[in-house]
Amino acid sequence: MSNESSTKSGAVKEGEPIIKCEEVHKWYGNFHVLRGVNMNVQKGEVVVVFGPSGSGKSTFIRCINRLEEHQKGHIIVDGIELSHDVRNIAAIRKEVGMVFQQFNLFPHLTVMQNITLGPIYVRKWNKDKAEEIAMQLLERVGIPEQAQKYPGQLSGGQQQRVAIARALAMQPKIMLFDEPTSALDPEMIKEVLEVMEELAESGMTMIVVTHEMGFARAVADTMYFFDEGQIVESGSPEEVFLHPQEDRTKLFLSQILSH
Amino acid sequence: MTSLTPAKDIMPPPTERSTVLGWMKKNLFGSIGDTILTFVAGGFLLWLIYAIVKWIFTTAQWAAVTDNLQLYMKGQYPASEDWRLWLLMFLLALVVGLAWGIFLKRAEAVGWVLLIIPVVLALWLISLHREAWWKFLVVDVLAILGYFLGKRYPRKLARPTYILILLYMPLTILIVRGLGENGFMKLVPTNLWGGLLLSLLLAIFGIVFSFPIGVLLALGRQSKMPALKMLSVIYIELIRGVPLITLLFMGQLMLPFFLPAGITIDRVIRATVAIIMFAAAYMAENVRGGLQSIPKGQYEAADVVGLSGWQKMVFIILPQALRAVIPVLVGQFIGLFKDTSLVALVGLLDLLGIARGILANPNYIGRQLEVFAFIAMIYWVFSYGMSYASGRLETSLGVGER
Repeated sequence: MSNESSTKSGAVKEGEPIIKCEEVHKWYGNFHVLRGVNMNVQKGEVVVVFGPSGSGKSTFIRCINRLEEHQKGHIIVDGIELSHDVRNIAAIRKEVGMVFQQFNLFPHLTVMQNITLGPIYVRKWNKDKAEEIAMQLLERVGIPEQAQKYPGQLSGGQQQRVAIARALAMQPKIMLFDEPTSALDPEMIKEVLEVMEELAESGMTMIVVTHEMGFARAVADTMYFFDEGQIVESGSPEEVFLHPQEDRTKLFLSQILSH
Repeated sequence: MTSLTPAKDIMPPPTERSTVLGWMKKNLFGSIGDTILTFVAGGFLLWLIYAIVKWIFTTAQWAAVTDNLQLYMKGQYPASEDWRLWLLMFLLALVVGLAWGIFLKRAEAVGWVLLIIPVVLALWLISLHREAWWKFLVVDVLAILGYFLGKRYPRKLARPTYILILLYMPLTILIVRGLGENGFMKLVPTNLWGGLLLSLLLAIFGIVFSFPIGVLLALGRQSKMPALKMLSVIYIELIRGVPLITLLFMGQLMLPFFLPAGITIDRVIRATVAIIMFAAAYMAENVRGGLQSIPKGQYEAADVVGLSGWQKMVFIILPQALRAVIPVLVGQFIGLFKDTSLVALVGLLDLLGIARGILANPNYIGRQLEVFAFIAMIYWVFSYGMSYASGRLETSLGVGER
């Protein structure tokens, strides 16, 4: 194998980006969804990706753990380049947790089983250790009393917090959030955002696709504005909110911040 | 601002007491049309019941049934070996009781239904020996004993129970067939197996083996490997395009030509394999329906958690997919049980085969109605039992809820 050394994880040196995306392109048939995306994410960095629907922001973060396949360019996560090699994909998925818009909890398993499934069968921990850590995580997201319930018995906000705990249980180095609050009622958004803010403060590397601009302002290190498959503008929250350079960004911000 | 209305001013909800008379007035005699319909339908029903009861007790001659109960139940299985069938029954009662106690703590209803199975089977054996009612009691006692043991020591007994369940099918064959030429548990060749015993064996083996094969075929059909996918599709479409009876005939008449001289395969085995092959193809299509009902997000969530392909199937997809198609699968099991009667056409003496044999006896000429009514009732009892069990299983597993 040409990239034998790169299949080992944890190969990132100090100061090197943990996620490197170079000229990433993707097509759905003739539709050019991603048109050359470049993004570097440092360890511990919190990245917020925003933009109009259909701009390719979800597709982009789904490429990072290979739920979608990019057709051109390079994506290197934690020193491992994503390729068709199944072992590389498995190695990257071990290090990358993901939270979906629709929660995607396993409805036939209890909250506890949802969280411990990965640690037991992928990380090969014994059941007691996995359950102990699952309880700690449930306490961290504020719902330890729900451990033996099924997802269908929980509110949307609680389900999303379980989903976050499930992703964290694998002890990932990176967390991806794909519009985690878009399917929630307004009063439940807050409880999920609080968990995410706490996670950001703890030093987790995060890429968050969201329209929650308050959250972005509070915790983002870097913001990327996507439109038509490209990064139109990026920078710190101050730069993007107060001094946007591009007209497209100004227009979009005025639309979502006006109400 | 007025204060809250005092409780006594609130009108109580209208009391709706349903009395028999009230119900009749509302549902049977609500209008003139209803009343006429009630009388017409009621009259017809009464006439029908009268005719049937009269036929059963006066016209019908049940000798063709009562003289041959042993044949209907177990064919020519020797009476000296009946204890082996009882042994199987005792074992089944114990296993069902244990499984009920250990695994179904929150699903009592399922337990009751599972208990019905050995009871019905025991009733079937009782008709062989009316003096053997105490054995029937043993069945119940063993089932209840198993239940309490299972409930008391669920952790210790879980593994032995799994092993017993897995061993039950091979044990059945071993016990029914026997071992050597003589002595303890002597060999009972399959041409002596018959009646309901044979029907049940064919159905149970058909169900138990076609189910996993069907699941594998369904997964094969969804597979990304082209060769595997094509093989599965070809198998499923070929078998589904052919009636079961032709498969049975092929097994009985054509297979011997393809086998090297001197090698023969037991006729019952050939029939069982044909039934399994046939049922597996349909099972595969039903399971595929369940697989397709699972949202894409479940696959993605399993991927993201890091589960491998087969872990994803075993832990996430199949449990949900199979749960979704329980009603369809049970429908198919019932169909399979009734389809076993086709083996009568290739000369096996299952329940229907035995019935035809008995009707060929000059003593019972013209007794078709009685004989067929009798075996139809037996088929109905078992089919309805399965249907009822599936209904309870759905309720306790919460099928249809998410």
